[in-house]
Amino acid sequence: MSFEARRGEILGFLGPNGAGKSTTIRILCGLLRPSGGRAEIAGIDVARYPEKVRANIGYMSQKFSLYSDLSVGENLRFFGGVYGVRGDRLAKRLAFAVNMAGLKDREDTLVADLSGGWKQRLALGCAVLHEPAILFLDEPTSGVDPASRRRFWDLIYSLAGDGVCVVITTHYMDEAEYCNRIALINAGKLAALGSPSELKRSAIHGEILLIEGDDPGGMLEALEGSPGVHDVAPFGSSLHIVVDDATRDQPAIEALLKQHELGWSRIEPIKPTLEDVFVQLVGGDRARAPGS
Amino acid sequence: MTEAQTPAIEVHDLVKRFGGAPAIRGVSFDCAPGEVFGFVGPDGAGKTTIMRLLAAVMRPDEGSIAIEGMDAIADPERVRSRVSYMPQRFGLYEDLTVDENIEFFAQLFGISPHDREERATRFLAASGMTPFRKRRAGQLSGGMKQKLGLTCALIHTPKVLLLDEPTAGVDPVSRRDFWRILYGLRREGVAIIVATSYLDEAERCTRLGLLREGRMLYCDTPSTLKALMPGEIIAIISHRARSVREAVVGINGVKGVILMGDSVHVVVDDAARRTQELEAAMRQRSVSFDGIERISPSIEDLFVSLLTGEEQSSATRQ
Repeated sequence: MSFEARRGEILGFLGPNGAGKSTTIRILCGLLRPSGGRAEIAGIDVARYPEKVRANIGYMSQKFSLYSDLSVGENLRFFGGVYGVRGDRLAKRLAFAVNMAGLKDREDTLVADLSGGWKQRLALGCAVLHEPAILFLDEPTSGVDPASRRRFWDLIYSLAGDGVCVVITTHYMDEAEYCNRIALINAGKLAALGSPSELKRSAIHGEILLIEGDDPGGMLEALEGSPGVHDVAPFGSSLHIVVDDATRDQPAIEALLKQHELGWSRIEPIKPTLEDVFVQLVGGDRARAPGS
Repeated sequence: MTEAQTPAIEVHDLVKRFGGAPAIRGVSFDCAPGEVFGFVGPDGAGKTTIMRLLAAVMRPDEGSIAIEGMDAIADPERVRSRVSYMPQRFGLYEDLTVDENIEFFAQLFGISPHDREERATRFLAASGMTPFRKRRAGQLSGGMKQKLGLTCALIHTPKVLLLDEPTAGVDPVSRRDFWRILYGLRREGVAIIVATSYLDEAERCTRLGLLREGRMLYCDTPSTLKALMPGEIIAIISHRARSVREAVVGINGVKGVILMGDSVHVVVDDAARRTQELEAAMRQRSVSFDGIERISPSIEDLFVSLLTGEEQSSATRQ
């Protein structure tokens, strides 16, 4: 696997469970030695100088790793100590983190009493106390509601704006859309690398037809496995169908639906979603690319 | 779907208090057989509480719940066999194999070996789990565990299926498998209720209820809800997202700017009218962009806009 990420860039790691996302991050954090190849973080070779690497990185996992029975302030001071932030600098960074998390005047609140979104912003504050150049976020928004997630991403953008390189893993496509570039990882290899628009424009084979109707289950049964239809995926009352050429194949699809006496309210070619891209590139046998 | 059908679930004026504060403050809704109803809302809005009330894991303080026309509060035992509840962490036995877990749940509900085998074979095949039937549950990936949990939850052919955050931490391929099974169930007339905080999942529901502080603020189909979005969205594709934001903030008619990975979403009052003005503002500041177009709002755009709108209107109400 080869790639690079710039300062101020937000790079998303996407891939199925077991694809190698966490292993890659562990190597980059200096926690695992690569069996071959070389990785540099802020110009430092991770296999040779793992301690030096750790001073340059921040890490936040999906579990948030906060101490529930300590207060907001105590958690921050604890992590400041771990990262060796002291004296005036500690006071400054504590103020920064408390402000960023929106927890001003709540420094004495126990972490156990904070809701998911607050905990998440506090965990982020803890991870950047030592002003790391690179920030690793491992599924940071699991179980956080949409409004809190947007606020969290505002913070990520402001850190990136200050020049921090952010590497983030996620299983959610709505979140992947926030990344500047996406590395799609499958079976330990890079399956694709590019911006969300680039991936949607050019990473997949074939085109997507959207069909909306009263009986998506019936349409799914009728269309799955029929000639020219490479994949069918249900979305609410509609289906995404992968075909070679949407304009050319649409009449045949309509004929097939009529034959099964299935009505539709809408049928049209659409741009693929990131999920369409993901499923085709890493989907295994049920989402084979046309021609394969 | 015929109009005359008895709803699978009918809920009126549900109230649940924990200590003094009500967690659910008068929620009413119904769900027809074959429908997928999604509850969406911020943390603490009451999504999980509603699921537990419907599953008869706890009793409401006020209101009524009818499952297939039967009073679920007066007679929870009678409806229990018709309802299946999959909490966020489904209780699989990690040291039992996939098949043994299914057998255990089948016995619990008194399912014959013949019916069990028929259903297990179908659900496992639909989710790509057939090769793993002899594997221990503890050795499965997160997505596989969820799919096995669903198979176990469905082994007694429930009429109502309750799913709390069913695919948290599950990759998109497994998530599609999971939903494939759910769509199969719709055709059997199962009513499905999903609590979720992810747009990926909300988009797949036939109707959505937006909860906030124990109240249902909005309830309708995703497309009708999207039409509620105040304003329209213009997407500007650019690698210089922050410069784009600076260029367009403050222009007349711009109500909000959201940074995305390689684009900026600008919420405006009238896309047709404002597109040219945005383009002009960027040219004036020499901000380069690769594309500009009107896009339809996502469910996430809508909910963030409705929720923050509520906050603002309650803050400015005199």
